Amino acid sequence: MAEELKGLDKQKLQDYWKYNVRLTTFTLAIWFVVTYVCSALSPQLNEIVILGFPMGYYMGAQGSLIIFVWLIFNYAFKMNKADKDYGVEEEE
Amino acid sequence: MASVGGKSFLDNLGKIYAIYTLGFIFFVIALGIGEQMGMSNAAIGYTYMGITIGLYAVIGISSRTAKASEYYVAGRSVPALFNGMATGSDWMSAASFIGMAGTIFGLGYDGLAYIMGWTGGYVLLAVFLGPYLRKFGQFTIPDFLGARFGGHAARTVGIIAAITASFTYLIAQVTGVGIIMSRFLGLDFTVGVFVGLLGILVCSMLGGMKAVTWTQVAQYIILIIAYLIPPTVMSYKTTGVPVSEIMYGQILQKIDAKEKQINADAKEAEVRELWKQAAAKLDADIKGLPSSLDAKKADLTAKIAALTPETPAAEKEKLEKELKGLPKDAEEAKEKWTAAKTAAAGKSKPIKPYIEPFARLDMKNMLALTFCLMVGTAGLPHILMRYYTVPSVKDARISCGWSLFFIFLLYFTAPAYAAFARDTVLSNIVGLPIASLPAWMANWAKVGLVSFKDINGDGILQFYELTIMPDAIVLAMPEMAGLPYVISGLVAAGGLAAALSTADGLLLTISNALSHDLYYKMINPNASILKRLTVSRILLVITAIVSAWVATFKLTIIVELVAWAFSIAAASFFPALVMGIWDKRSNKAGALAGMWVGFLSCVIYMVGSRFYGLDIWGIRTISSGLFGIPLGFIVCYVVSRMTAPPSQELQDFVESVRIPKGAAQAHED
Repeated sequence: MAEELKGLDKQKLQDYWKYNVRLTTFTLAIWFVVTYVCSALSPQLNEIVILGFPMGYYMGAQGSLIIFVWLIFNYAFKMNKADKDYGVEEEE
Repeated sequence: MASVGGKSFLDNLGKIYAIYTLGFIFFVIALGIGEQMGMSNAAIGYTYMGITIGLYAVIGISSRTAKASEYYVAGRSVPALFNGMATGSDWMSAASFIGMAGTIFGLGYDGLAYIMGWTGGYVLLAVFLGPYLRKFGQFTIPDFLGARFGGHAARTVGIIAAITASFTYLIAQVTGVGIIMSRFLGLDFTVGVFVGLLGILVCSMLGGMKAVTWTQVAQYIILIIAYLIPPTVMSYKTTGVPVSEIMYGQILQKIDAKEKQINADAKEAEVRELWKQAAAKLDADIKGLPSSLDAKKADLTAKIAALTPETPAAEKEKLEKELKGLPKDAEEAKEKWTAAKTAAAGKSKPIKPYIEPFARLDMKNMLALTFCLMVGTAGLPHILMRYYTVPSVKDARISCGWSLFFIFLLYFTAPAYAAFARDTVLSNIVGLPIASLPAWMANWAKVGLVSFKDINGDGILQFYELTIMPDAIVLAMPEMAGLPYVISGLVAAGGLAAALSTADGLLLTISNALSHDLYYKMINPNASILKRLTVSRILLVITAIVSAWVATFKLTIIVELVAWAFSIAAASFFPALVMGIWDKRSNKAGALAGMWVGFLSCVIYMVGSRFYGLDIWGIRTISSGLFGIPLGFIVCYVVSRMTAPPSQELQDFVESVRIPKGAAQAHED
């Protein structure tokens, strides 16, 4: 199972993982703010109304969802690129 | 079609499903024309069910396979986008399709916990698990636990958790199938369940994951078309713009104004006062138990005895029914009457604003529920399993995005759906004379989804004289919007697709846990592929029959149990899986302890809070995972560090799971 580790630069592997942890932390931080901070502040956000939508309600119903979709694609594209940059991509 | 899943099929996926979609749209239009020419509702219903189940059957049968990799993981050849669609319908159950909009209709802002919870979980799945499980590249989730934590113990806990969570969920789907079948085809519930069962089995039995995948894609297309049409038409009729997701902003404002108006209305106040009295009376009855129950019984018995032969039979029947309907004992009376009292007390107060946060659930409980649903989503084995089916780690990452995108299409429409329905009820229904209510209300009242009663006797329908069950919103929307029956049938077909697709995935998870993990990995490792697949198919049929049998009891607790399944998956699976990938130091002892503590603490809080009055910080039963999830992580971490570190081999295994290089290729056995 672990044969693919042979011949890989230890330092590069570490850097790759560090990059991954950073990107994951970033993704989760936004996820947390969008879900929990926005929900907790929704009574205040509801004071702002755009197109009839009170913003607190809007964040729960649509805004957070749009950001979730973006977060996952952003993570996917960045990691897929990092695979190549750090030389750990899959064989085609 | 004989080569579903074959090379030419995979190369032309886009074309094939585009033709399929167009074909389905033409089919709906043709039925619409048929309706105009006098086709009956029953004929439309049967045509829908016959054609859609027939379609799934054709895909299922032509995807039959004898290869283990195709049976378990669809040959790892499902492109990211299509796996996203399949995950979408695998994920969206009868509850999402039929119940979600209704839940928001009733809970207002607080119902959004479900919207955020059931989508935000994919972020966790995408960064914590999906890509790594694909790199690991075996067949099941217990496979991973077995490999990472060594030996059968971790695998066994995995099997137990997978089956517990999936089975309760499966019963709910089968029940959903039975309800749709019986309502739209007029079949008996039990018959409906078993007809639906055939529809489920024919998809999964011969082709396993491969068949389920391609049917789920087909089911997704039907369910999303069916979901989006009614609110779009409603939006066009109400606002002139056919984009419900944008236009419901102004509807929210309208709802808010209307609610204020209702709260200020004198007749409405009268009804609220009557509810207040009803609640007080119930309260007195509860306090007077058990003698109050005996008095009621004696009163009714005396009334029946006093009946003369001249009294109409209907009246006698009514009294006897009433007597029969009384609670059996004081304990049951207490539970029933307390629920009725709570409901009555709720109706005695002015309407809380629809858009106001934390009006119906407090903030703590709403956030806790969101959290549990999110983590549960990321821990459900039938969803995780789908990421084994894509060709590469790269595709697994992208596929998480597509999954959420396709789920998003339905979930961001659901609040719009709810808002348009609430506006219709508040603006067009409430205030009508009872005698001239629209026909759809009487139709849905027959099956108990809508009920109304002129409590204050003024001949006008007040808000609190009307009760609408959550399921009625989606099912009745086509009629509310004045759409022809062909659209109602389409919605039913969509609900059926949602229930069937989820049932397929769950059924496969359960039978794989038993046949692959228990039988092949633990009991008979020398079994041939043929034997393994045969065992799996037999188990599939047995599981399906058992679930249908349980569903025919129509246990009212099922809906609750589904919510429990999320917390169980969240508290038992999620910590062990995440620690297995993210913490090299985690070992067998830690994972086992973590899974057991997570699982048990979750179950103890569920049962304790539901039945025995256990209460920590006022957290509701539905969010029981709130305690199990962190405990699972902490126990795994602490116990791992108190015991010997995992072997070098296992640590290398973790390293290897963390990089895409070396992932198992498509079509490999």
